[in-house]
Amino acid sequence: MPFIPHTDEDIQKMLGAIGVNSIDELFAEIPNELRSDDGLGNVAEGMSEMEVSRLMKERAEADARTLCFAGAGAYEHHIPAAVWELTTRGEFYSAYTPYQAEASQGTLQLLYEYQTMMSSLTGMDVSNASLYDGGSALAEAVLMAVRANRKSKSRRVLMPRTVHPNYRRVANNIVKNQGIVLEELDYDREGGFIDPDNLPKDPGDFAALIIPQPNFFGVLEEVDALTNWAHEHKALVIAVVNPTSLAILTPPGEWGETGADIACGDGQPLGAPLSSGGPYFGFMCCRDSFVRQMPGRIIGRTTDLDGKEGFALTLQAREQHIRRSKATSNICTNQGLLVTAATIYMSLVGAQGLERVASACHENTLNLLDALADVSGSNKLFNRPLFHEAVIQLELPVEDVMRALSVQGIIGGVSLADDYPELGNAILVCATETKTAADIETFIAALQRIAKRLTANACPVQPKMA
Amino acid sequence: MLIFEKSKKNRVNAPQAPLSEATRSGIPEQFRRKQRTNLPEVSEMQAVRHYTQLSQKNFSIDTHFYPLGSCTMKYNPRASNTLSMLPGFLGRHPESPDNLSQGFLACMYDLQEILKEVTGMKAVSLGPMAGAQGEFAGVAMIRAYHDARNDDARTEILVPDAAHGTNPATATMCNYKVKEIPTNSDGDVDIEALKAAVGPQTAGIMLTNPSTLGVFERRIKEIANIVHKAGGLLYYDGANLNAILGKVKPGDMGFDVIHMNLHKTFSTPHGGGGPGAGPVGVSERLEPFLPVPLVAKKDDEYYWLKEKDRPQSIGRLSTFMGNAGVLLRAYIYARLLGKEGMHRVAEFATLNANYMMAELKKAGFDMAYPNRLATHEFILTLKKQAKDLGVNTMDFAKRLLDYGFHAPTTYFPLLVPECLLIEPTETEALEDIDAFIEAMKAIQKEAETDAEKVKGAPYTLPVRKLDDVKAAKELDLSWKPAAQ
Repeated sequence: MPFIPHTDEDIQKMLGAIGVNSIDELFAEIPNELRSDDGLGNVAEGMSEMEVSRLMKERAEADARTLCFAGAGAYEHHIPAAVWELTTRGEFYSAYTPYQAEASQGTLQLLYEYQTMMSSLTGMDVSNASLYDGGSALAEAVLMAVRANRKSKSRRVLMPRTVHPNYRRVANNIVKNQGIVLEELDYDREGGFIDPDNLPKDPGDFAALIIPQPNFFGVLEEVDALTNWAHEHKALVIAVVNPTSLAILTPPGEWGETGADIACGDGQPLGAPLSSGGPYFGFMCCRDSFVRQMPGRIIGRTTDLDGKEGFALTLQAREQHIRRSKATSNICTNQGLLVTAATIYMSLVGAQGLERVASACHENTLNLLDALADVSGSNKLFNRPLFHEAVIQLELPVEDVMRALSVQGIIGGVSLADDYPELGNAILVCATETKTAADIETFIAALQRIAKRLTANACPVQPKMA
Repeated sequence: MLIFEKSKKNRVNAPQAPLSEATRSGIPEQFRRKQRTNLPEVSEMQAVRHYTQLSQKNFSIDTHFYPLGSCTMKYNPRASNTLSMLPGFLGRHPESPDNLSQGFLACMYDLQEILKEVTGMKAVSLGPMAGAQGEFAGVAMIRAYHDARNDDARTEILVPDAAHGTNPATATMCNYKVKEIPTNSDGDVDIEALKAAVGPQTAGIMLTNPSTLGVFERRIKEIANIVHKAGGLLYYDGANLNAILGKVKPGDMGFDVIHMNLHKTFSTPHGGGGPGAGPVGVSERLEPFLPVPLVAKKDDEYYWLKEKDRPQSIGRLSTFMGNAGVLLRAYIYARLLGKEGMHRVAEFATLNANYMMAELKKAGFDMAYPNRLATHEFILTLKKQAKDLGVNTMDFAKRLLDYGFHAPTTYFPLLVPECLLIEPTETEALEDIDAFIEAMKAIQKEAETDAEKVKGAPYTLPVRKLDDVKAAKELDLSWKPAAQ
């Protein structure tokens, strides 16, 4: 029996000890009309490990290796071999939430180290032990900002359209039931950023401004001016940042005069594989003064009975298992295993290594943009500084180009047609450090061939009549 | 020692990062970071040793029996891990087009179908990333359903007093008031109190069955009728699905919406506290509101359904599609088990729990519900020991660690004083269960002869009892470099 160790003898001994004749008698309290003992009709019979291995290998190989120039919130980085070798050690992989601190010092110390690393990357005072993913972390940041802003009772939060469209959707889906309104701020069409000179003159009372850096288009926002503007209006600043970029970009804690109040984002670039979108992890950091408003688990360093250093979950009075309906959030987990991977990743690449990763991605994207400039009909949008991602406008319908590329195993970016129709045939492209010059050449050559073919099909040459 | 204390300035772990430095950037000075981060600068070997040694300070299923009630700490098959981490799955970008994703989508579609079958629900969405998010999705759908009918009088969610803390917290997040329903002395919902509580203001009720008290809610059909008659919907918290897998379907009990914890019932790893996965299943009337994305199939081709295909959906709750890698692990587990294997899960989880309860009872321990059968878990109360010997539940729990067992869940559910919630799961062998029972007997003896010894536990772990008050009072949440 898969994963059940009982012998017939064991079963008889156990039934005897209980004082029943069959396992079935143990279900006697379940009303008969509810029993459906042969009711799994559509579930297949069990397979051996060998058979399942074959099935899964076939399916994994069906999604053949692709050459991926898509980013849009999920970035293909090199993950050092040691990261997942260590992360999938049974002692990390199969442990539970560290409620029994003395039996969980490994996970707890690691989380404390993680909190330290994230505080340093973001330039913020404190970090929690992680949330689900970037989109839901932003939702939690909005709820937190509305709770924490003592100067404003407003339930309005300003949300630039330069924030990842799915982050905006997730945040809205999670906060709207509590009467919180996410009001969109439109972006400058030339620059692809929120122009500080064109902010509303009289924005009214609002609880927080969200500032993405880099923004969804890869463009750098004027974070200092935006931060100061929000603070002048007694609003809090929620930074949404890419953790890799923070190795070289100004951390949210240093934005403007006094820094952002909350920083969040998706930790995927720090050691999590693309893996179809998850599991990733959301991170959240904030000022000291807001720590009691922060959702999620937090680890503190303390001492034991003998005065020896140790680590434990702390500030649990904020959490659902204590506060129930008055908790800061219903969250009762973090993404422990992904944080384990991220902590090991950051230790392996180190301070300078992460700078190199960030710079290499950025340089590769600049190389890609140079190469794209030579493809006829492609045109880079937005004239502002960027980080490792950019918007390209094509002459041809995006759907057709993407489909044609995919047939050759190339993911040529992410179409912006649905979320930013005003940009025409636009795609978002990214080349991380994993892309070589030859990869970029392959992409460009395919794009040129496709452009030629599609143009030819679109404007067939009329045979001239003699 | 922290990793930062092993760090030395300008030690670069070259092979882990690109070998050459970038030569161009175009990023203006005003956007650039001024001061380098304090990420550690250690060699690969130093990092490997550090984190290997840290891992060894953990209890885990792979190293210890972990009878943590309500958490279903069963064995996590290695095949689930190995096969979910095949390069084709790890390398798939979330925005990959459908024609490059048929292998992955086939797994997700199959998993949706399997979960529909085992729960008896009409449709399933895999998106929610944890049990609590599944709960949120469920209650948000209840709200969407009432809203779509313009029934805005329904402002209350009923929650039994024994419920997990996430239930009331979730109801609050969906802007419902929470009304608690008491439990009677046998551990069932107090039906009279329920009757008195329902009305036109009732949006729904959130129930776990078997309940958090480790017993099956016998009058569930009656509860369903009362709530449905009042116009409310029934939410099933799937925390305890392991107890009834293959035996009873929540759909047959009358539930309208459920979430499942795949990290419990479908044996995906807990990972030191996540990631989990909390798919939701719904009856026909809630189907339009399911969170996106969903996987559909037409003529052997699999494809995504997103916001524009599902206009009434409560939307997406994750940036992409949720915890795909966890879902793959659950799928692999389900295929390994198959129909027969799933039936056995509930049978042997229940056998193990009832055996433990019977033997501990014989050893003189008090059960919270002595007249009931255990489900996959049961509650033992140490009220007597606390009163007579001054040794409480936490002392027992910490002393168990010295005996090499992870402690059961302590002080939950809140309404049973000095309780241990014990869930052995089906994957534990009789010998290990017997060893735990012997440890409990030994600690009882110690409590009677040398209470102070028990109260000072643990002694054999990397640290002794930690000062939680100090942790909360003198907050130290990150390491700071010594002042230079």
